[in-house]
Amino acid sequence: MRFYEHETKALFARHGLPLGRSGLARSAADARRIAAEIGGPVVLKSQVLSGGRMKAGAILFADSPDEAPALFERIARTPVKDLLPESVLVEAKSGVAKEFYAGVTWDGRRKLPVLIFSDMGGIDIEEVAEKHPEHVAKLHLSTLFPPTPRLAKETIAATGVTGDDLVRATPIVFALVELFLRYDLTLAEINPLARLEDGRMVVLDGHVDMEAEARELHREVLDALGIRPEETRQARPPTPFEIAGARVDASDHRGVAGNVVEFDGDLGLIIGAGGGSLTLFDAVRKHGGRPANYCEIGGNPSVRKACELTKLVLSKPGVRKIAVMMNVVSNTRVDIVARGVIRGCIESGRDPRDAIAIFRIPGSWEQEGFKILRRHGVEYCDRSVSMYEAAGRAVAKLGAA
Amino acid sequence: MPILIDANTTFIVQGITGREAVNLTRENLDYGAKIVGGVTPGRAGRDVYGVPVYDCVRDVTSRTRVDGSVVCVPPRFVRDAVFEALEHGIRLIVIVTERIPRREVAQMVELAALRGARIIGPNCLGLISPGEAKMGGIGGPAANTRQAYSPGPVGIMSRSGGMTTEIASTLSAAGIGQSTAVSIGGDAIIGSTYAELMPLFEADPRTRAIAIYSEPGGRMEAELADWVREHRSRLPVVAFMAGRFMDEMRGMRFGHAGTIVEGREDTTAAKIERMRAAGIEVVERIEEIPAAIRRKLGGSA
Repeated sequence: MRFYEHETKALFARHGLPLGRSGLARSAADARRIAAEIGGPVVLKSQVLSGGRMKAGAILFADSPDEAPALFERIARTPVKDLLPESVLVEAKSGVAKEFYAGVTWDGRRKLPVLIFSDMGGIDIEEVAEKHPEHVAKLHLSTLFPPTPRLAKETIAATGVTGDDLVRATPIVFALVELFLRYDLTLAEINPLARLEDGRMVVLDGHVDMEAEARELHREVLDALGIRPEETRQARPPTPFEIAGARVDASDHRGVAGNVVEFDGDLGLIIGAGGGSLTLFDAVRKHGGRPANYCEIGGNPSVRKACELTKLVLSKPGVRKIAVMMNVVSNTRVDIVARGVIRGCIESGRDPRDAIAIFRIPGSWEQEGFKILRRHGVEYCDRSVSMYEAAGRAVAKLGAA
Repeated sequence: MPILIDANTTFIVQGITGREAVNLTRENLDYGAKIVGGVTPGRAGRDVYGVPVYDCVRDVTSRTRVDGSVVCVPPRFVRDAVFEALEHGIRLIVIVTERIPRREVAQMVELAALRGARIIGPNCLGLISPGEAKMGGIGGPAANTRQAYSPGPVGIMSRSGGMTTEIASTLSAAGIGQSTAVSIGGDAIIGSTYAELMPLFEADPRTRAIAIYSEPGGRMEAELADWVREHRSRLPVVAFMAGRFMDEMRGMRFGHAGTIVEGREDTTAAKIERMRAAGIEVVERIEEIPAAIRRKLGGSA
């Protein structure tokens, strides 16, 4: 879960990292007031959950408070990768002498956090790593033994940084390591960490991502930062359809019927589970089908949950039929899902025979499930029909309808 | 001889009195597993389908040999349960629970390495050596498990528990059995990756080919490709890659916690290219796996 820059900096400030004076503007008037309070030149920065702000023209500089309102308006209208800002950060502009990079992330291969430091900050670290590997130092961190500052010192010194820079950067980089571990972050980055003309070190920009699984462990700090439980912070904000899907999933603790993602096709999908959904979504597309949604159903959901998910998908404008498909199931009962989707069709005022293009869920209690489907005239198949073939049948039916 | 578990493997179930654990215990016993105890604090003296329940892991390990543990406790208790099992000498730990923060998984993996133990999962359905034993919910009730899994020469490793059974079922229907099938888990950090299990399959004379189910996100497929190339594996590998639509949708999370496309190397296209370059056959559909394996085995499967 990605943080906005101003949230990242608020988190950094709580742990004593050095930051420039700043304020968050939600209006042009705010921008002028904050700039006047700071005094001197300021930078206005779009608050979006996306990189590439400078290129998009969403970071602008004002020499006086009078210039700030017009720049605020410009940034507010400037999309960065299709996203408009939620606010604008107004920050003191500093005279920078040198820029560094510090980051902590997970190394999935080593299964450990890795601290990365470079004395060439301010630009894309992957590019530096490719072109100037001698300017990038890495050190893996234990998750069992408490970290100590020498980890930061050794990593920084490995890039050739010494003297006051080393002494001043060490506690800052160490604080980043502690933040990463303490808050279950998947990325904690300072880029750039700047040495100003007067020798002080300041964090000019930062980026943190918190693991979604850990959000509840850190509710207190998230509340303090104003990050609400319902914010998904995916690549785009959730649609009302997706929010309704999350509500269906939360309505009952038994099983999963969620992770609904909206697409603009005409074939509604009731598919599961994690891997099965990925496989089936690909299969529908490969047959030229146009999915109306992605979802995951599994872990033996209740009849009511399967029913509500079916109703939600059928209610989506443009959906003509649904396909109910899973891999061979072990702990999800076929008959319960069959009952749920049939009830969902009926409660939506649709004949299950017409609304369900195909039902392909083999596994536990399949004979009972198939009996119910037969009674309602729904086309179904067992494991002798592959997932790919079942998806093809569903797509063909829509074509013929 | 299959890998990791066989008919003689003894194990415990931690959190045995939970709803899912009770089902899993029943299904494993029905399939012939030797479950020598269960642990739920405060529930000592009860039994679950005849399996005695204890307060502590040491209450079982002090009485009898325990090879493994299936951990089925709620997310916030998993790390503690795994540490307890590791510190009492258990060397194979299957973590079924999902939604465990990565840092805690890393801590368990780090301690397991120090203790010379192996973790499978988290967020997995466990493993099965067909005809011998299973550990975890893989395959479901024993009757369903027997329908999908059969003994034979193919090792399966899958990031999806459900797709492990789908692949086994497809192979069995084509008359090709499995040596051991491992649901390795769907998270970004897991106890045992494909490449870490390959040496075990490589050393197992019964295993003659490998089938893989893979997904976007992470570096696990690249690691496998490197392993296959560097070790000149004797085992032909056939892989299926799901979630190809995700290449166009960076930063969005679908499927398991580990499937998110962040960098350049974790798209399905990049993974497929890398696996193919290492000689791994990547098929387009699950139903192509049996024929691909038969071709590799020269029709002897």
